[in-house]
Amino acid sequence: MEFFTAIFSITYQFGDAFAFLVISCAGLAVIFGMMGVINLAHGEFIMCGAYVTAATARAGLALPIAILCGALAAAAIGMVLERTVMRHLYHRPMDSIIATWGISLIATQGVLILLGPTMQGVGTPLGSMALGDRSYSLYRLVLFAAAVGLLGGLYLLFYHTRFGVIARATIQRPAMARALGVDTRRVYGLTFGLGAGLAGLAGGLYAPTMTMVPTMGATFIVESFVTVVVGGADIFLGAAPAAAILAIIKASLTAWYGQLFGQIGLLVAVIVVIRIMPGGLSAVVKRWQR
Amino acid sequence: MRQSPNRPLLAALLTGTIMAGQPALAQDGPIKIGVLEDQSGDFAAATAVKVHAIELATKEINDAGGIDGRPIELVVYDTQSDNRRYQEFMRRVLQQDEVDVVFAGFSSASREAYRPIVNQFDGLAFYNNQYEGGVCDANMIVTGAVPEQQFSTLIPWMMETYGPNVYTLAADYNFGQISAEWVRQIVEENGGTMAGEEFIPLGVSQFSQTIQNIQQSEADFVVTLLVGAAQASYYEQANAADVGLPMASSVNVGQGYEHKRFTPPSLADMYVTTNYIEEIDSPASQDFVERFRAMFPDEPYINQEAANSYIGINLYKQMVERAGSTDHDAIRAVLAEGDVCFDGPSGNVCLDPKSQHMSHTIFLAKVEDDHSITFPETWENIEPYWLGDAGCDLTQNDPSAQYTPSSPPPAP
Repeated sequence: MEFFTAIFSITYQFGDAFAFLVISCAGLAVIFGMMGVINLAHGEFIMCGAYVTAATARAGLALPIAILCGALAAAAIGMVLERTVMRHLYHRPMDSIIATWGISLIATQGVLILLGPTMQGVGTPLGSMALGDRSYSLYRLVLFAAAVGLLGGLYLLFYHTRFGVIARATIQRPAMARALGVDTRRVYGLTFGLGAGLAGLAGGLYAPTMTMVPTMGATFIVESFVTVVVGGADIFLGAAPAAAILAIIKASLTAWYGQLFGQIGLLVAVIVVIRIMPGGLSAVVKRWQR
Repeated sequence: MRQSPNRPLLAALLTGTIMAGQPALAQDGPIKIGVLEDQSGDFAAATAVKVHAIELATKEINDAGGIDGRPIELVVYDTQSDNRRYQEFMRRVLQQDEVDVVFAGFSSASREAYRPIVNQFDGLAFYNNQYEGGVCDANMIVTGAVPEQQFSTLIPWMMETYGPNVYTLAADYNFGQISAEWVRQIVEENGGTMAGEEFIPLGVSQFSQTIQNIQQSEADFVVTLLVGAAQASYYEQANAADVGLPMASSVNVGQGYEHKRFTPPSLADMYVTTNYIEEIDSPASQDFVERFRAMFPDEPYINQEAANSYIGINLYKQMVERAGSTDHDAIRAVLAEGDVCFDGPSGNVCLDPKSQHMSHTIFLAKVEDDHSITFPETWENIEPYWLGDAGCDLTQNDPSAQYTPSSPPPAP
């Protein structure tokens, strides 16, 4: 029994770290991997999702529906921004970084001015369960399931639907896709919307566990960028295994030496990865596949 | 390059200009008070109210005829929770705006960012925040509570009530580190043990593993010295994991009114020592809350920093009137008399000449399950004794340094 609780505790911590990394990086990975755009407003899409989730949940919607509302709201805003701003910057990667950074500043300060420095959150649902002399939040298990479900859903979307085929074709050979009659601008718009929506979903899923402030997106940024950098351009071959490896590093270092070393471990991992495999995990996997 | 023959002349001219700009020489017209507080950014929830408190005190004083007949003029800048802004605006208020006194700062990092600039231009700054203590600097007047006031009351009470094993969770910067050192020392002095101690980098928002570390330890209660909106996620997560240990804190409730913002019962069983919060039931406090809400009806919460800022303006008024000038030496001569007191919203408080810190009535606030507040204990007239006892005496010399229990002032 002692052994079992120890194993469960380790698995739980790993799953928790894994879920946070996967959920927070998914939107960023889709936009970067599919479109090559580095989206510095990622955190603000997360914040948007969290705010909409909290507002709709407190207005009386059931939490899962509220989370869906958060994701849809972020996706809608993402598509509007793609149409008005990002579309003109696809061949200017540096400019798109500046533009998304500007959007992030406007969003943070705009929310601060309109909604004030803080907003009442929704409490964490589902309560806790006890195992041995420790107790665990059940919602954290839901988050882990959501992370796995998210990866599965994205896999199905990109590899087993018509949209997925067209999207991958557009990303790999835009000229050829256009020649075959694909409206590539629409595909870019939808992909950006999907990325923003995934960020909103991250915000919605974590909204019940966090303090609602306009700067809350920033707390996801380090983890999500670290995961995408380590993973590389492909979300399935890169981001998912990267999240698993980083989760092991983070959970074990945090367990032994505390939060500070967990953070240091993540950042050291990025430096090492950038040095020895600049394309990230997915580049290595792809080369090995050939 | 050819030496300009006019250089000495130029230097003299410049010195003259700077001298003429000394605020002490401007004895007529309004008294200018610089206000550098975070009205946006990570800390804004706790600090926007300080500006309002200063505006309330200013309005009351100006309506009653000003300070010695001179109206107060506020020069307010939003420091955006950014230490560089503090440095930039501190230079601006002292050099360009030539204010007589500055009210500035929330986090200890921001105070340490601007303090050298106040020293450089020999300004006078009020720091109206509870903090980790130990600033021995003649250019600073501190109205916030310090560890010997908050912890020497809180920790022994908690140990007596819940047990001797203490787990500290602190933000990883000067405030958290030094406060944790105080906790460690007071726990030892009272015969307890540290069940654990963890420092959390600012901006961390995920606490699963930390929560498990606490559950694995033998802790009887947890001292939470967490700072900022991200770290505040700990309470919700600890509650969801059903940690079930009482918490003791010097920072929560009294500053960021977390009991109002978070969904009950995430803060249940938290004990905080504070020198003021709006729930305090005295007539003076109720009167203060009423006047505050009359001027700012939408104020989310009136915290201890608001009360301290309000008290600070009134103490400054008293000192200027008694000194007959805004000259810093004259003001400090008044302070050195040792009877600069003010009976305000939090009861009677006095400035200590040796450390230029303030005595306080310390209230023990307990957060109940529904996030209402009760006060199981009150300690009256708690002095900021540590700096004076350790050898800081600003009436004799001005080291302009910050000391901690492990690095006290050098023996004379």
